[in-house]
Amino acid sequence: MQLKEERLRSLLLGGLVGDASAYHIFLSELTAHLRSFVRRRLAHLPEEVEDLVQELLLAIHNQRHTYDSAQPLTAWVQAIARYKLIDLLRRRSRTNGLHDPLDDDYDLLAAADGDAAEARYDLAKLLQQLPDRQRLPILYVKIEGRSVADAAKRTCMSESAVKVGIHRGLKALAGRIRSIA
Amino acid sequence: MKTEDWVSMLATGVDAIDPKRTARRHFLAITGGLLAALAFTGGILRFNPALSNRMLLEPMFWVREAYCAALALLGFVAVTRLARPGIRLGLAPAGVVTVVVVMWTFAATVLLRAPAQNRSHLLFGTSAAVCPFLIALVAVPLFIAILWVLRDLAPTRLRLAGAAAGFAAGSLGALVYSLHCPELAAPFFGTWYLLGMLIPTSLGAWLGPRLMRW
Repeated sequence: MQLKEERLRSLLLGGLVGDASAYHIFLSELTAHLRSFVRRRLAHLPEEVEDLVQELLLAIHNQRHTYDSAQPLTAWVQAIARYKLIDLLRRRSRTNGLHDPLDDDYDLLAAADGDAAEARYDLAKLLQQLPDRQRLPILYVKIEGRSVADAAKRTCMSESAVKVGIHRGLKALAGRIRSIA
Repeated sequence: MKTEDWVSMLATGVDAIDPKRTARRHFLAITGGLLAALAFTGGILRFNPALSNRMLLEPMFWVREAYCAALALLGFVAVTRLARPGIRLGLAPAGVVTVVVVMWTFAATVLLRAPAQNRSHLLFGTSAAVCPFLIALVAVPLFIAILWVLRDLAPTRLRLAGAAAGFAAGSLGALVYSLHCPELAAPFFGTWYLLGMLIPTSLGAWLGPRLMRW
């Protein structure tokens, strides 16, 4: 446990200074822990598990500047996971309140549990809803893997505008995911 | 979408985080909010003319300033702690209660020692009816500025974080407002200043869950 915490923490700290491969390993290794955390708590909503795991990964990414390196990584991640979990349950109880509890909506969603490693939302569709100044930087840099300089040239934006577009766009994506979930 | 693809997307082209980013935003917000609050107090309410001479020699002036400043500091500590996931709130609320209790004890002593006919003036002064509202008004730019910082961070207890933002703005607003206010009696500012701080605090508790979700 302690070793795992240390390992993940140093990978994240690497990510925070711009080491993308350390950051990639951090997110990948964290995923399995997040999934088991979520699965244990959403036993009655198995179809929500992978969606929430991805929502959590996005939240952790978007809020990574709030990690204080003096703080245990586990405390930070768990506080985010708990916040998102409660947020999800609250959203669900609100929408369920509008439906007849016997509505077959629930069965329909339960049937979609085929591939647990796949979330139900579609990044391409979500991206479509963003304005170009956020969508294009995410498309070029985050999805196609181009450099910020290259994306800036293609979009006729400054490099800092590209970075801001990515940051705001990913935050906006989190908002979209929240509103459809 | 597969989670491993999602992870790759997030990790691709990831940028270094500026470690001073949050501190810089706090600084910008507080400076901007203070300047706006000072402009409102000086330009519309007017600074108290007594500030240029005898007021600074009054010990009670400094007690009042210290009272507001201590509460503002505690409010700000609470805001910064509530803004980060997994950080305990700690002793800031207990500190606020301590400062208020000390002030009320002091104010009660002042009232008890004063001749009966003076007591009402010590408590109500000449501006009790407007004081809390003016403090709330002076706090508006500070409140907006602190919410702006919080929206970039990740509070997980939104109602509490909103209330802390309101309290920090209110007590810092009270500190600025005191440059206009002629009242120096402890029963006065122990009561009406606190009430003025509690207006943005309640507003923050209401707005927190509405404005700070992430």
